Amino acid sequence: MKPFKLAIASGKGGTGKTTISVNIAYFLNSDHTKSIKLLDCDVEEPNDALFFPEAELVSTKEVTQLIPRIDTDACTFCRKCAEWCEFNAIVVIPPVKFAEVNASLCHSCGACLVACEFDAIKEYPEPIGTISYLNTGIGAGLAEGRLKIGSAMQTLMIKELKKDVSDEHQIVIYDAPPGTSCPVVETVSDADFVILVTEPTPFGLHDLKLTVTLLQDIGKQFGVIVNKSGLGNSDVFNYLDNENIELLGEIPFDREYARRYADGSILKDIPTDIENRYRTIVDKIALRMKAYEGNNNS
Amino acid sequence: MKTIISSSGNKLNSEFDLRFGRAAWFCLFDDETGKSIFFQNEHSEAQGGAGTKASEFVIEMEATKVISGDFGPKAKELLEKFKIQMVILDNAKTTIGEIVEKLAGK
Ligand code: SF4
Ligand code: SF4
Repeated sequence: MKPFKLAIASGKGGTGKTTISVNIAYFLNSDHTKSIKLLDCDVEEPNDALFFPEAELVSTKEVTQLIPRIDTDACTFCRKCAEWCEFNAIVVIPPVKFAEVNASLCHSCGACLVACEFDAIKEYPEPIGTISYLNTGIGAGLAEGRLKIGSAMQTLMIKELKKDVSDEHQIVIYDAPPGTSCPVVETVSDADFVILVTEPTPFGLHDLKLTVTLLQDIGKQFGVIVNKSGLGNSDVFNYLDNENIELLGEIPFDREYARRYADGSILKDIPTDIENRYRTIVDKIALRMKAYEGNNNS
Repeated sequence: MKTIISSSGNKLNSEFDLRFGRAAWFCLFDDETGKSIFFQNEHSEAQGGAGTKASEFVIEMEATKVISGDFGPKAKELLEKFKIQMVILDNAKTTIGEIVEKLAGK
């Protein structure tokens, strides 16, 4: 049975996307299924783990990228590899007998290996980051990808993270990176449903529209959660109405509760009003999950 | 001694370009012959690696000095490796001709 894959995305940072991801995992687990796995795909700045201060680290896995290296004894400085490299990652300077691959620009496409006629290029694994598996007490726990600072291999890391999605999970939640760039597209690419988190401010609406366009372009089903409602204005609601976009729920801004973000105790003593709102949202998700299972596994 | 100057155009009255890797042109000035030659920067619009490519060009032209407004970390690393002097000038109003005059005057 293939798991139902739910991605949680946001056009910009700071909308509370992580808080919402963690809460959705929590309430799905308590109300619907224990077979749930959370993947933190915001690999440049993963922070889901902060919400589980008591989680235990089960294991870690190093992720590597194959980076070519040039053997300057075999190299004739013909430059063919540098010409083939689309990413300008190779520097060859014939008069000074210099040839080097710049690891931070290399995308491991392998073109230079094919280009070189003198067998002067070989690939070696270079670490780009780590995946950590945590037991959070919620379903099958959390897998967090963390890129090394400066590495541009977000997409590769997200692909590696997703290798852990197995048929034994009923639902997998992807906490996507903020924005609308390649890593976001990679995260939502195989999602069965996407939740967009926004806030009712002009900036929030602007970024929401960008994300909506992106999801429509790639043909994804999605719904919206308006976080921090009560702040800002009603433009976002009018927009959702006009565009016929499903509003999954609203989470009101609660200053007292928001403060707890800081010490990681967000899942303890959740105010009743907020708890009820999350329960309504996860009920809607569970319905979609059931429909998905009906369509795909019968 | 040869010097490379980042330039926004291909004439001596063109304005200095503050960007190094993304400069539109490079002026190569040789103070022994007093000549200046302009080269178009093929990598000015590159997605990534423009600074590295520009440094590669400087080294290849056997320049020992490069004048621009700013050098990124990758460019700096490569230029340092080949002991090329980096001169930072932050006046975008100046022309290539004026810079060349100063270099020749020394
Ligand atoms: S593997 Fe691809 S990106 Fe990396 S240096 Fe070779 S050609 Fe360039
Ligand atoms: S193609 Fe091979 S021989 Fe030519 S410059 Fe690249 S590494 Fe050297």
